[in-house]
Amino acid sequence: MAGQDATPAKAKVTEPQAPEALAPTEERIFVASQWQLMWWRFRKHKLANVGGVVILLFYIGAIFCEFLSPYDPNAYEKTLTFVPPQRVHLFHEGQFIGPFVYGLKRTRDPVTYVITYEPDRSKIHKLHFFVPGHRYRMLGLFETDVHLFGLGPEEKGHKVYLLGTDRLGRDMFSRILYGSRISLSIGLLGVFVSFAIGILAGGVSGYFGGTIDTIIQRVIEFLRSIPTIPLWMALSASLPREWTTVQRYFAIVVLLSLIGWTGLARVVRGRFLAVREEDYVMAARLQGASELRIILRHMLPAFLSYIIASLTLSIPGMILGETSLSFLGLGLRPPTVSWGVLLQEAQNLQTVALAPWLLVPGVAVVTAILSFNFLGDGLRDAADPYAR
Amino acid sequence: MAGDSKSGGNSTPILEVRNLKKHFPITRGFMRRVVGHVKAVDGVTFTVPEGKTLGLVGESGCGKTTTGRCILRAIQPTSGEIIFYDRNLGPVNVAEADKETLRQLRRNMQMIFQDPYSSLNPRMTLLDIVGEPLVVNKVCKGKELEERVAELLRLVGLRPEYMRRYPHAFSGGQRQRIGIARALALNPQLVVCDEPVSALDVSIQAQTLNLLQDLQEQFHLSYLFIAHDLSVVEHVSDAVAVMYVGKLVETAETEELYLNPLHPYTEALLSAVPRPDPRAEKERIILTGEVPDPANPPSGCYFHPRCRYAQPICSQEEPPLREARPGHFAACHFAGELSLRGVL
Repeated sequence: MAGQDATPAKAKVTEPQAPEALAPTEERIFVASQWQLMWWRFRKHKLANVGGVVILLFYIGAIFCEFLSPYDPNAYEKTLTFVPPQRVHLFHEGQFIGPFVYGLKRTRDPVTYVITYEPDRSKIHKLHFFVPGHRYRMLGLFETDVHLFGLGPEEKGHKVYLLGTDRLGRDMFSRILYGSRISLSIGLLGVFVSFAIGILAGGVSGYFGGTIDTIIQRVIEFLRSIPTIPLWMALSASLPREWTTVQRYFAIVVLLSLIGWTGLARVVRGRFLAVREEDYVMAARLQGASELRIILRHMLPAFLSYIIASLTLSIPGMILGETSLSFLGLGLRPPTVSWGVLLQEAQNLQTVALAPWLLVPGVAVVTAILSFNFLGDGLRDAADPYAR
Repeated sequence: MAGDSKSGGNSTPILEVRNLKKHFPITRGFMRRVVGHVKAVDGVTFTVPEGKTLGLVGESGCGKTTTGRCILRAIQPTSGEIIFYDRNLGPVNVAEADKETLRQLRRNMQMIFQDPYSSLNPRMTLLDIVGEPLVVNKVCKGKELEERVAELLRLVGLRPEYMRRYPHAFSGGQRQRIGIARALALNPQLVVCDEPVSALDVSIQAQTLNLLQDLQEQFHLSYLFIAHDLSVVEHVSDAVAVMYVGKLVETAETEELYLNPLHPYTEALLSAVPRPDPRAEKERIILTGEVPDPANPPSGCYFHPRCRYAQPICSQEEPPLREARPGHFAACHFAGELSLRGVL
């Protein structure tokens, strides 16, 4: 019997199909892996590309904030409070001198005592690059005092405020950069914590099904039905006052993830249920593949891209959560600098009327959130290149 | 082997299914209380002779696919025996085999799926797809694996150079060939073909059927060929079993069944087979009503509400599957008494 030896090599060979003439681009598509197909599709989504680039810039800013910011975010200047953003000029009276700012003329209104600043056109402070400033550790690796830009060391006593100063004369530009470090990392960290809970709960729910699934789903519905702000308020009110900044930071992350995991658990469960029914999963099982191999080789790749997309889409919620908590005074507190903390300091009528530049952190929040949403949209659209 | 004689009937079996049942529970509410059962397969008995093809036909929802999946233990049957004559282990009851036995059995029984799209993992290359059974069963790897996959691809009429491509590069017919190559990788004895051509264009169907027949000759394969298209079944099967709402209503050798159907349901199915002769006088028997709900089947003979020969007894007593003519079984009270029209 022909079928009994392990290699039926000498068997009659069915005529292979005639070779087809293939354009190189076609051949490229035919051998393209899932990730390549996703990348090509993602590239076509212009808004998502822009969002991706903006987010990249934001994170570069957050990582290198000491280098990019000219001043220490907590260094105050008694005589320079509520300075409006200074314009960077290139030409002085028609003459090119490179980037510079004019000096500040401080005047006090004799009636209202309000201090106003005017550019002093007679004084020119040239911007220098890679200037020495306060000392810091770059990436925690080595100590240095070089900053990307600032005024030259010979102009002691003068400063450049690209986005103005706050009520204590602290540089807003530096503060926003430092704040992005906290606000953006809380988003990432929070998503990873909720991802861990979510993939566990969703995986168990989708894999075992039955009563466990029902229970987990009802718990998720219950958690989702609680209004988030009151819940956060109650939980953060229970945080001990004497906790350090770092402890508080992680407490906030855990708080945010406690709510955030539910959405991810649903996504994971849904994908699990969908992929479990695919014929190729059954085929693998019939060939004798182990459960572990089926999950790792067949199921995980099929929903990894979806999970990455929904992770991206849930980061903005985390960032907003931190911002709202801190804005309400329940999250992080000064001297920690985050976007929410900065916005909390801008929380009065005086600011809105007299120093609107203190609301710039809000612009940063909106830009970051929008970019994350665009990026997430693009990723979601590219997530399944095989959808028919 | 001994059973190679063309006469059939007495040849050695490769698979014997006895009184196979699969009831799916219907659950309600939070505690998943069982409120009833869908009797998808309800006492099916048949034999697949070695090196032959048994066609299993019926309307959609009649339990054909469930039967096929029970045989491979892709789903756990409720009761019944599935005896598979493994070339290494001898006769084994698949329905009660433990995990390790099952793993060994599955090297010798494989499946070809209906949907050539969902049955191939789009994220794996042909080398990975066709090579997977060889890898997970530790048959070969590396260069040897590539050679074996190339050989399998050539066998099903695909160019070995396609090995690095992903399934999205192929048409439905080509994908089905990939599925066939994968099923043959471990050199099985029995292949359950679950409607392997019903998702394909008619022109491709014939090619694929011919390929399956060539492969059967070369490797002495036995097929359980599940289909709803009687003209396809006629082309490939040595014997045919007709299913209706989870039960067998008629089994016979192909020619016998097509010439002398004994069950009115078979007659109705046969009248729907297209014939190439335009002058052939033809009356289509249009079945009225719906296929009964397998959770709530009618009394007596399941077919009686749609049967045009139904008598009072049909709604009261369930007819057993009995041998009305030599080698020809039918589950009808009037098997052999009615004059039913076949084809050919």
